[in-house]
Amino acid sequence: MNSRPIIRKPSRGEGSPGDERQRWDEVSISTLVPKMRTLDLHAYFGQAEVLKGISLQIAEKQVTAVIGPSGCGKSTFVRCLNRMHEVVPGARATGEVLLDKQDIYQGDVDAVRVRRRVGMVFQKPNPFPTMSIRDNVLAGLRLNGERPDDPDALVEKVLQRVALWDEVKDILGRAGTGLSGGQQQRLCIARSLALEPEVLLMDEPCSALDPIATARVEELIHELRKSYTIVIVTHNMQQAARVSNFTAFFYLGKLVEHDRTDVIFTRPKEQRTEDYITGRFG
Amino acid sequence: MDRRHTDREYESELESLRERVLLMGAHVEEVLALAMRAYNDRNVMLARGTIELDSTIDQLELEIDEAAIQILARRQPVASDLRFITTTLKLVTDLERIGDLGVNICERVAELGADRSENPHDPIPRIADVAQGMVHDALDAFVAGDAVKANQVIDRDKTVDAYYAQLYPELLPRMMSNPNVVLESTRLLSIGKSLERLADHATNIAEMVVFMVKGQDVRHSGPASHQ
Amino acid sequence: MLSRYARRKFMNVFVRSTCVAATVIALIPLVSVLYYVTSRGIGGISLDFFSELPKPVGESGGGMANALVGTLKLIFLACVFGIPPGVLAGVYLAEFGASRFGKLVRFSADVMSGVPSITVGIFVYSLVVLRAKHFSAFAGGLALGVLMLPTVTRTTEELLKLVPESLREAALGLGLPKWRATLRVMLRTAAPGIATGVMLAVARVAGETAPLLFTAFSNPFWSSGLNEPTASLPVNIYNYAVSPYEEWHRQAWAAALVLLLLVLLLNVSARLLVRSRVGAR
Repeated sequence: MNSRPIIRKPSRGEGSPGDERQRWDEVSISTLVPKMRTLDLHAYFGQAEVLKGISLQIAEKQVTAVIGPSGCGKSTFVRCLNRMHEVVPGARATGEVLLDKQDIYQGDVDAVRVRRRVGMVFQKPNPFPTMSIRDNVLAGLRLNGERPDDPDALVEKVLQRVALWDEVKDILGRAGTGLSGGQQQRLCIARSLALEPEVLLMDEPCSALDPIATARVEELIHELRKSYTIVIVTHNMQQAARVSNFTAFFYLGKLVEHDRTDVIFTRPKEQRTEDYITGRFG
Repeated sequence: MDRRHTDREYESELESLRERVLLMGAHVEEVLALAMRAYNDRNVMLARGTIELDSTIDQLELEIDEAAIQILARRQPVASDLRFITTTLKLVTDLERIGDLGVNICERVAELGADRSENPHDPIPRIADVAQGMVHDALDAFVAGDAVKANQVIDRDKTVDAYYAQLYPELLPRMMSNPNVVLESTRLLSIGKSLERLADHATNIAEMVVFMVKGQDVRHSGPASHQ
Repeated sequence: MLSRYARRKFMNVFVRSTCVAATVIALIPLVSVLYYVTSRGIGGISLDFFSELPKPVGESGGGMANALVGTLKLIFLACVFGIPPGVLAGVYLAEFGASRFGKLVRFSADVMSGVPSITVGIFVYSLVVLRAKHFSAFAGGLALGVLMLPTVTRTTEELLKLVPESLREAALGLGLPKWRATLRVMLRTAAPGIATGVMLAVARVAGETAPLLFTAFSNPFWSSGLNEPTASLPVNIYNYAVSPYEEWHRQAWAAALVLLLLVLLLNVSARLLVRSRVGAR
């Protein structure tokens, strides 16, 4: 009487992602309007090539996350989008970066004007320490010699936008650095928004923040999406999954996969993407 | 290519989950095999003894559910890992039901007793063969990540349905001509029904395996879309 | 045999008391100078001192009003000549200091900060005084300014370098051109520190005597404008101190006290300036 249960041995390599995969629906990225596009973008630090021919579309009024391991070029990529890359001595970029069909790297385009339209928020909150909260918000305009018509209204409007108004409306005169980390970061976002950019670039905006502050900033990104095109670099994949509509995976300076976030995180097409997001990288 | 997780503990958690599913599958298959043997031999004692194996299966279902939820909470799996976990959660439900159906068969066998009608043709075994084969192949497909095999299982369900559909027309005339076999025949019908439902559960498992492997949900869409 | 704990405790106390003792020893010269100058000089302080011109020898009374004003004039001119070029050179070094020329500039600044003040005095003498054929506050201020220059330059450079690059990035990210980012953000952030450094530099040159001997010289009367020889506290102290007259000695002590207080005032203001800025956080 054979009553031994047949216990199967598990085998390695479950699922072969090299196979063709179907997507849930057929709405592809190309049907959405790209706010920015890069065409064969290469970036160099001196002789080292950090970005090797990136061609990517950034959809308008959507959040695009850029993920990848350290050194994959995601920060460099984003900094090319507003010509901050070339600020570093010895850095240069070739290829085209189109903002609304206009190449921002063309010879006669003023980088300074580009940065008015494509704003940036950095990893570590950096409000200007010599200025009050109010002055920080207005800094982008004032330091450029511009005078807003109604500065108080502008300050209130922008701080409302970043959900900071109620917290700071009575202490507008206090130094910008006197706030908590999360508040400072929202202040920096407000400072960028005061210039009314069209695109907002965020380079790991939450990595210096605690989880609650992070949640607040993510909530803010969700709100801002209605009016701005957002590109966010993050090394936290769960954040990319929570916050973005599209995700681009970079590896060693190349774009490996770019797709809707729900596709990337449930059924990515590329093996390397799969390995990275599930934590199977070396 | 070594495609293990960088986090060894995570890898071993997934492994342990997989092994438990396979263990549960083995128990379920054993229950089915014993039930059908008891049926073929009209062995009431074997039938009664097999019923007790069900508690192991139920216990495993609880453990697997718990382990899967733990992994979901702590690891936030994505992509293939996520599909594996969600497949596992659904799969064990079907396995547990198959175990219950095996128990139902044993209960009918116990009721049949030593009865055996003189009619040489027993319609049950061919249904049982296909159904058991489907369970076996569905579990194989799960282990191997074989979507092709899983699709074949899905296709075989119509065979079981067809055999089951012939069961009543075959037994009805017997019952009408010989009232003594009514009790036996109703029990055979019941066993046939259990086998048919069991095959449906095996089909469910196969559909989940296709989802797990390909990321494509083929449930409720009928045979035409199975590619 | 001392336990380890007792030994450590002893060591702790020993080192601490040695440090205290060393501090006390270091403070002794400072305290004694203050005490000495105050006790000798306080007698000469009077309303006359601040309002009267020097009287001829033999006559009592008289003051150093013109020297006081002269010192202030010289400090003002030193700032005019020393601060703007110094700050701008510091900005240049902070931005472009890695270039060959930048390295040369930095090297020159370092060398110049070690040049004896009397040499600077002679330099200005030959450059300005000889050409103009007379001494002037202008020349004196120029000499003091040149003395201030290296200190201001290096202070500005170092403080600018301390400002985090993230602020520059923030400024550039807001669409500011590079020069605006440097001046209106980086420099502005470093400003309190630079102001402190400048004040300390001023405090140092306020007491310089040697360069003034060849440039501003001295003046028993009021000097009008900036083109005449000008009396100053340090020079007067020198002249009065080496004279044989008791009255003048008394006045020299008083002048020393005033000069000391002026330097003290500048230093304290520099500290308070930093504190008020920091307090705003």
